[in-house]
Amino acid sequence: MQVGLVHFLSLAAILFGIGLYGVLTRRNAIGILMCIELMFNAVNINFITFAKFITPEKLTGQVFAVFVIVIAAAEATVGLAIVILIYRNFKDVFIDRMNIMKW
Amino acid sequence: MLEGSTAIAFYIIAFVVILSAIAVVTLKNIFHAALFLVLTLFAVAALYILLSAEFLAAVQVLIYVGAISILMIFAVMLTAQLTNYNIKQTNEQSLPALLISICFVAVTIFAIATNHKLGGFPLAESTEVAGSNTAHLGQLLMRDFILPFEVVSVLLLAALIGAIVIAKRDK
Repeated sequence: MQVGLVHFLSLAAILFGIGLYGVLTRRNAIGILMCIELMFNAVNINFITFAKFITPEKLTGQVFAVFVIVIAAAEATVGLAIVILIYRNFKDVFIDRMNIMKW
Repeated sequence: MLEGSTAIAFYIIAFVVILSAIAVVTLKNIFHAALFLVLTLFAVAALYILLSAEFLAAVQVLIYVGAISILMIFAVMLTAQLTNYNIKQTNEQSLPALLISICFVAVTIFAIATNHKLGGFPLAESTEVAGSNTAHLGQLLMRDFILPFEVVSVLLLAALIGAIVIAKRDK
């Protein structure tokens, strides 16, 4: 039994697909943010897999993964702040009822 | 290539990742979904260890499991009506979304497998890493990637101030 590049990339693709499904179907804004975190993780798995199997001596992929993690943290803080603000104004976090931005 | 017990470990971890990720997107109780998100993130940290990225595994546990999921759980507790199970958690697009996701995954895996078969990935001869590569990673961040490193710290500061300004109560 051997596990190589293809296995890790396939796992990342499946994880990204699950996150995509969640983003498309969830009504709860916090649920959508959680699914976006799943997709970020899939991307990170890809970066680190390429770093290990293609350039094991350079580590550039791992540096990129660090930046992705930082940006995911920034996204989560701002996104959750917006969700809290929406909840305070509308007493609701279901995004299909949020249509004030529509003209 | 990973062989033997690491290969078995990969399959177990992949199983946990996929099952808990499906639980994150499908569970009706958003609080339980958040807890399964923690499990997914832990399993991904275990994958990073298999990929000899120990520092990133530690960062994953600290930032994702320790900070982001706690933030998510706080937001869930501040907003959701947890006791009301009658609220629908999915919209009417479940079937098209499922089709799109399955097609996306199928095409991606097909592309990866074909590319691998045709030798499109310039695989390294040996993937063995001697010892820890944390020191090397730190040197890279402080030498080759110093500009992105500083830019991303400014981005974090901006996100911090932005979150405070957005969530601040107006007088």
